[in-house]
Amino acid sequence: MARKGDVVIEIEKCKGCEVCLSACPNQVLALSNEVNSKGYHYAVKVNAECIGCANCAIVCPDAVITVYREKK
Amino acid sequence: MAEKDIINPENLVYEKTKVMTDKVLHYCPGCGHGTAHRLLADVIDELGIQGYTIGVAPVGCSVLAYYYFDVDMQEAAHGRAPAVATGIKRVLPEKYVFTYQGDGDLAAIGTAETIHACNRGENILMVFINNGIYGMTGGQMAPTTLPGMKSSTSPRGRDVRTMGNPLKMTELVAQLEGTYYVTRQSVHTPANARKAKRALKKALEYQKLNKGTCFVEIVSNCPSGWKMTPVESNKWMEEHMFPFYPLGDIKVPEK
Repeated sequence: MARKGDVVIEIEKCKGCEVCLSACPNQVLALSNEVNSKGYHYAVKVNAECIGCANCAIVCPDAVITVYREKK
Repeated sequence: MAEKDIINPENLVYEKTKVMTDKVLHYCPGCGHGTAHRLLADVIDELGIQGYTIGVAPVGCSVLAYYYFDVDMQEAAHGRAPAVATGIKRVLPEKYVFTYQGDGDLAAIGTAETIHACNRGENILMVFINNGIYGMTGGQMAPTTLPGMKSSTSPRGRDVRTMGNPLKMTELVAQLEGTYYVTRQSVHTPANARKAKRALKKALEYQKLNKGTCFVEIVSNCPSGWKMTPVESNKWMEEHMFPFYPLGDIKVPEK
C-alpha cells in the first residue's frame, strides 16, 4: 500500500488558480465553495487519497501548500 | 494511522523555504513568476548560500522581487540588471549573483546589456521569464510575442510583415562565446518544475567554476495578459509557446 500523506493549505494566501488541482494524481484537491478574505475560492482537501507526492506544492505559484508523508 | 499523526514535523516532505519571505506575492492567480521565485529560493536554500547570494531585480511584473527573496537584493534601472550584476560580481567575486528578468526587461529595453554581459562571459546567473507579453503595463506586444498572437497593441494578431519576428533570446545568447550553460525550461507541471529546479541548481553551482554566464529561460504564462484562466493559459502555452520556444538544454558545458 502506498504511503499516506497529507497537505496543509494556507487558505488566506491561496488565490484559487487551480494549477494544483490537475497536478494531483489522486484528485485530492478541489476548490472550496467559501471564499477567503480576498474573495478567492481556495483549494481544499476533499478525500483521503493523498500520498504526499508534493506535486501540488511544487507547482503552487503562491507557496501555500505544505506536504507531509508518513515514514515507512 | 490517523490523519493527525501524519501532520508532524518529522513527516514533512515540502514546505515553503525560509529563503522566501512570508509576504503575499502580488502576482495574478496562476502566474508562473511565483513558482519560478520559489524554485530559485529552494535552490538557494538547498545549496546553503542564502548569506552569499545577491539578486538583481528588474522592472516589470517582477519589479518587487526584492520583497520576496530573503537574500540581498538590488533594484536595477529598466533592462540594466545584467550591467548592475556585472558590477556587483566584479566587486564581490565570491558572492553568487543572479538577475531575474522578464521578457520586456531582458529582451526589449535591456537587449544590449543582456548580449554584452553574455558576450563578456560575466560569471552570473540570468533567469529569464518569457511569457510573450508585457504583463505589467497591460498586455502589450513584446519582442517575444508569437506570430499571430493577440495582444492589446496587436489586437488582430502579430503580423510579422509590419511588426517583425519574435526574438529568440536564448538561442541568440547560446551562440556567444561567453555563455557556459544555456537552457529553456517551464514551471507549469510538476515534472517541468522539477526539471527547472535542477537547471537552476546547476546554473548556480557552475558559478563556482568561474566559466561564464549561465542563462536559464523559463517559458511562463500570463493569464491576465492572455485573457485566459490559469489552467487554460498553461494549456495554450503547451500548444503554442512550446513549438516556437522548444524546451531543453541549448548549450551545455563540455565534459
